[in-house]
Amino acid sequence: MRYLVYILKRLVSLIPVLLGISFIVFFLIRLIPGDPASTLLGVHATPQAIKELRDQLGLSKPLLGQYLTFLGHLLQGNLGYSYVYGSSVLGLITTSLPATIWLLVSGTVFTLLIAVPLAVVAAARRNGILDNIIRAVPVVGLGLPSFWLGIMLILAFGLKLGWFPVAGYGTTLADHLRGIVLPGITIALTLSPILIRSLRASMIDVLNSDYIVTARSKGISTARVVFGHALRNAAVSSVAVLGVNIAYLTGSTLVVERVFSLPGIGEQMISSILGRDFPTVQGVTLTFAIMVVIVNLLTDLTHAALDPRVKLS
Amino acid sequence: MSAVTTADPPASAAAGARRRRRRGRWNPPLISGLVLFGLIVACALCAPLLTSQDPIKQNLAQAFLAPGAPGHPLGTDSFGRDVLARMLYGARTDLQVGVLAVVSPFLIGSLIGLVAGWFGGWIDAVIGRVVDVVIAFPFLVLVIALVFAIGPGTTSIYVAITLVGWVAYCRIVRGQMLVAKEQEYAMAARASGLPTWRILLRHLLPNVVLQAVIFSMSDIVLTLLAIVTLGFLGLGVPPPTPDWGTMIQEGQQFILTKWYMSTIPGLAVVITGLALALIADGIVERANQ
Repeated sequence: MRYLVYILKRLVSLIPVLLGISFIVFFLIRLIPGDPASTLLGVHATPQAIKELRDQLGLSKPLLGQYLTFLGHLLQGNLGYSYVYGSSVLGLITTSLPATIWLLVSGTVFTLLIAVPLAVVAAARRNGILDNIIRAVPVVGLGLPSFWLGIMLILAFGLKLGWFPVAGYGTTLADHLRGIVLPGITIALTLSPILIRSLRASMIDVLNSDYIVTARSKGISTARVVFGHALRNAAVSSVAVLGVNIAYLTGSTLVVERVFSLPGIGEQMISSILGRDFPTVQGVTLTFAIMVVIVNLLTDLTHAALDPRVKLS
Repeated sequence: MSAVTTADPPASAAAGARRRRRRGRWNPPLISGLVLFGLIVACALCAPLLTSQDPIKQNLAQAFLAPGAPGHPLGTDSFGRDVLARMLYGARTDLQVGVLAVVSPFLIGSLIGLVAGWFGGWIDAVIGRVVDVVIAFPFLVLVIALVFAIGPGTTSIYVAITLVGWVAYCRIVRGQMLVAKEQEYAMAARASGLPTWRILLRHLLPNVVLQAVIFSMSDIVLTLLAIVTLGFLGLGVPPPTPDWGTMIQEGQQFILTKWYMSTIPGLAVVITGLALALIADGIVERANQ
């Protein structure tokens, strides 16, 4: 029951954030220097077309009125119509969202597969050779451009070795699974350094605590102490770190999708920018922010569920 | 697991502590990071001395020369421009924009965080809500959307990164401020009737800004990555100005036959990122002493 109340409270606290997000997305078009309508349509636009677009964008109304109209449309699920495709922006986003979600999920899975074993080994063999090598990983990983890493993986495993497709992710489930490996690993290699660092630190804290000393003194094997006793407690704080960084990495999906030609919302955003398709850019920006809000919410809920000490207030 | 330690005699313990402090001040990550970054900056500054080639001049007759070609140690690109010259002048562009783009978010964010933490109440609540909203957007997505809206060019990159980047500094400084304002020296300054601006800027700022400075080091890496990414997506520093991101993007089309075209500028980004990450680590170690 307390958990349900906590969920409800968290949902209510999202309302001002969502309003703020909608305002920023609305305001984007007002940042265009000069008259947005003539800038968007380019130098060859007729005065008639410019006037029509100004009316369509509601630019002649007062700012607050414009925002309320925008918000009203938003609540009805109306994100406007794409200048390039003519179809509804919401439709475009729902078509491309699955690829982005595939990418995020596979990126997170690969991150866990890489980061958890490395962090556990580093913490269990603290200050050993392996620990020192693993501790150097985050330093190198911090400045790794994900798009460049993606190109290098394409070159090695796609073009030279031919193990994975170099672009797209096919139409069947098997195609999806093969096509998502390299993009997922690209995301994981940029995300895991941060997770390794935090998980290693919290593992070391936990391994020094009294209950681990007790477990050891009872003669329980190292493997069982590490995996059975320590990892779960160390994981709790790392869930928060992972959540924050998935939110950050949500942004990187847009570059990774570009490199691997995955038909996700990030790729949609870049092609809309190059095509000056403003409603789609606005719609995708909004979707990205909502995704981050959802990931943060899920992180908090998981954190509260994993750790009974988290105050549900 | 834990090492058995024996107690040192007091004299050698004091000497050991001094040694550790000295090591902490100039620790290996800090030294290696500074040396590496210094070398990169020196290469960028001395670009005209290191190469006589023009980074912008095209020569289609000399396109796609492999590294090691006479007069072109790193080869030429698809327009026949010298890759070494573009790398060196590209370093100038990216480092300059990367470092400068961190300055205004740092200043603005720290100042807002200072105000929010000190005054609390509704001011803090309003600033907190704004921070929550900006943080909800993935950094890169909002920067790209802003650069798109404002129009391409270096100025809009600065503006976009400032509009998005200040929140991190604001959060850090505000958090530090909540602790610092309860300290005795802050209360003493307040009790002595000093004007608020003076208490904030002279007494509190120097004590709360360290964490923000530490963060700014890794922030330079993230900003550099953002700038290179913008270049890769065709939204960065406008051509023909050399920039590492644009070079990686141009090389991607020829990746199978001319693998070095994307690889070399990418390595430059990685090495620069490594140097800055080492400096950041070194500063953290130094601050922990």
